[in-house]
Amino acid sequence: MVYGPWSKLRIMNLLYVIYLVSSFTFILGLKMLGSPKSARKGNLIAAFGMTIAIFGTIFLYEDEGGNHLHNLEFIFGGLLLGTGIGWLMAKRVQMTAMPQMVSFFNGMGGACAALISVIEYRHLMHHTGGGLSGILASADSAMLTRLSIMYAGLIIGAISFSGSIIAYGKLEGKIKDKMLPGQQFINIGLFLALVVLAFLSVSGIIESDMLLYGVGVLALLYGVLFVMPIGGADMPVVISLLNSFTGVAAAFGGFLYDNKVMLIGGILVGSAGTLLTIVMCRAMNRSLINVLIGNFGGGGASSASGEGPQGTVKSINSSDAAILLKYAKKVVIVPGYGLAVAQAQHVVHELEELLEAEGVEVKYAIHPVAGRMPGHMNVLLAESNVDYDKLVEMEDINPEFSTTDVVVVIGANDVVNPAAKTDPTSPIYGMPILEVEDARQTIVMKRSMNAGYAGIENELFYRDKTSMLFGDAKKMLTSLVSELKAMD
Amino acid sequence: MIEFIASNQDFIYLLILMIFVGIELISHVPSVLHTPLMSGANAIHGVVIIGSIIVMGQAEETISLVLGFIAVVLGTLNVVGGFVVTDRMLEMFKKRK
Repeated sequence: MVYGPWSKLRIMNLLYVIYLVSSFTFILGLKMLGSPKSARKGNLIAAFGMTIAIFGTIFLYEDEGGNHLHNLEFIFGGLLLGTGIGWLMAKRVQMTAMPQMVSFFNGMGGACAALISVIEYRHLMHHTGGGLSGILASADSAMLTRLSIMYAGLIIGAISFSGSIIAYGKLEGKIKDKMLPGQQFINIGLFLALVVLAFLSVSGIIESDMLLYGVGVLALLYGVLFVMPIGGADMPVVISLLNSFTGVAAAFGGFLYDNKVMLIGGILVGSAGTLLTIVMCRAMNRSLINVLIGNFGGGGASSASGEGPQGTVKSINSSDAAILLKYAKKVVIVPGYGLAVAQAQHVVHELEELLEAEGVEVKYAIHPVAGRMPGHMNVLLAESNVDYDKLVEMEDINPEFSTTDVVVVIGANDVVNPAAKTDPTSPIYGMPILEVEDARQTIVMKRSMNAGYAGIENELFYRDKTSMLFGDAKKMLTSLVSELKAMD
Repeated sequence: MIEFIASNQDFIYLLILMIFVGIELISHVPSVLHTPLMSGANAIHGVVIIGSIIVMGQAEETISLVLGFIAVVLGTLNVVGGFVVTDRMLEMFKKRK
C-alpha cells in the first residue's frame, strides 16, 4: 500500500462517516421505539449503528499524531467477555426481573463513564510530567476544560453506578429502604461538597493529584445515599432518572474525545430519559421532587395502625369464585405486581380463554404504573399471548366498571385503593386509580392482608362487594381454572 | 466563559438541538412502551464504550490497562445486555395482532 499525503486523513474521515450513520440510527431507532409496530426494528437498527461505531473505532481510530489504537487483544478480550456475560444475563433473566436488569446494565454504563475519566486523568498526569500543578501552572484553558469535563463525567457516572446498583438491590429485595436522621441535609451537604471539591481542584486552590479519586469515592457514596431512602415502588422513576444521568455522563465522554456519536447518543438519552422520568411521575400524579424527597411509608406519614379502615374482611374460596365468574357477563382482570411475582401470566390467560369459551366478555385493566414499571404488565401478558386489544388503559376502562359484573384483582393493591380519591391525608392521594369499586363484585387475589408497596391500608378490601381470595396468585388461578373445567 | 463558548461552538449547537430532538422523540409515546423505551435508551447510552475503547487503545501503564479493560467489559455489558433485554421485551409484542 502506498501512503499518500492524504491517506491518514482519509482513514479517519471514513470513521467520521460511520459515526454519522451511527448517530442517525440512534435517532431513528429511538423514534421507532415509540410505536408498537416499529419498536423491535428500531431497537435492531440502533444496535446495528452501535456495532459499526464500535468496530469502526477499533480499526479506524487515529489520534492527532496518526497513531492507531494499541492493546487490541485486550479490547477484543473485553468485548468478548462483556458480550458473553451480557448476553447470558439478558437471555436468562425472568420477565418479572426486567426492571432490575435494566438498572444493572445502566449502572455498568455509569461505571464505564467514571472509569474513562479516571484513566484519562492518569493519562494526563503521566504526559504532562509536572502532575496537576503543571497543568494548572500552564493555565492552558483547553486543559482546564478537559479537567472539568473529567470531573463532571466521573461524578455523574459514579452516582449513576452506585445508585443503579442500590436500585437493583431494592428491586431484588436484597436491600431495604433506609433513612438516616436528617438524610436530606446529609445528601445536600455531600452534593455541595462534591461540587466544591471539584471546583477547588480545577481552579488550583487545592493542589493534590489524589483529589480526583477522593471525589470519585464521595460520588459513589452520594449515589448510595441518594437512592437508599426512596421507596421501592418509586424505583422505576429512579431508574429512569439514573438512565438519563448515564446518558449525560456518556455525553461528557464525547466532549472529552471530540466524539460526536458519543455526544449525540448521550444527550439524546439524557433529554429523552429526563422527559420519560417526568412523564412517569405525572402518571402517579406526583412531582419528581416529591418522589425524590418525600419518601413513602418510611416517614410515618400514613396512619397505618391508628385510624386505618376498620371492618370485616370477607373471604371466598376458589369454587365459589369460579361460579361467580362463570355466570358473569363481563369480567375485568386487574393485574399487578403479585401476578408478575407468581409468574401467573400463562394461567391468567388460560382462565381468560376458558371464560371466553363460556361467553363471558373478558378484559384486562392496565394501570399506568401497575407492576414495577410502566408497561410491565403489557410485556408480561404479551408473553403469554394475551390479545393486545384486550389490554385496556386506565382512562378507557374506568367508565366500563359500572357495567362490569366481576372484577378480579390479581396482586394489585395501591392502584385500586379508593383512598387515592377520598382521603386527602393518604400518601397516594391524587393518584389516578382504577375505579373497581364501581363494579358489582370484586374478587381480590392476595397472599395476605399486608399493605401494598406504598405501605398503606386499602379500604377496598373491607367493602361489602369485595371478597378476598387468599393465596399465591398462580395457585389460586390454577385452582380457579380446574374448578371451571370441572363444572362442564 | 465567552472563550469557552467560542471554542466549542459546534458542541453547544449539537447539545441544544439534541435536547429538543430527545424531547420530541419521546413526547407522544403510549405508556405501554415506556419500559422497552427506557431499556432501549439504556442500550444507546452504552455508546460510552467508544470512549473506553479509545482510552484502552492508548493506555500504557498497568493500572490504566487494568482499569481500561474493566471499562471495556462494563461498557460491553451495557450495550449487549441493553439491546438484548429490549429485544426480548419487544419480541412479546409481536406474536399476535
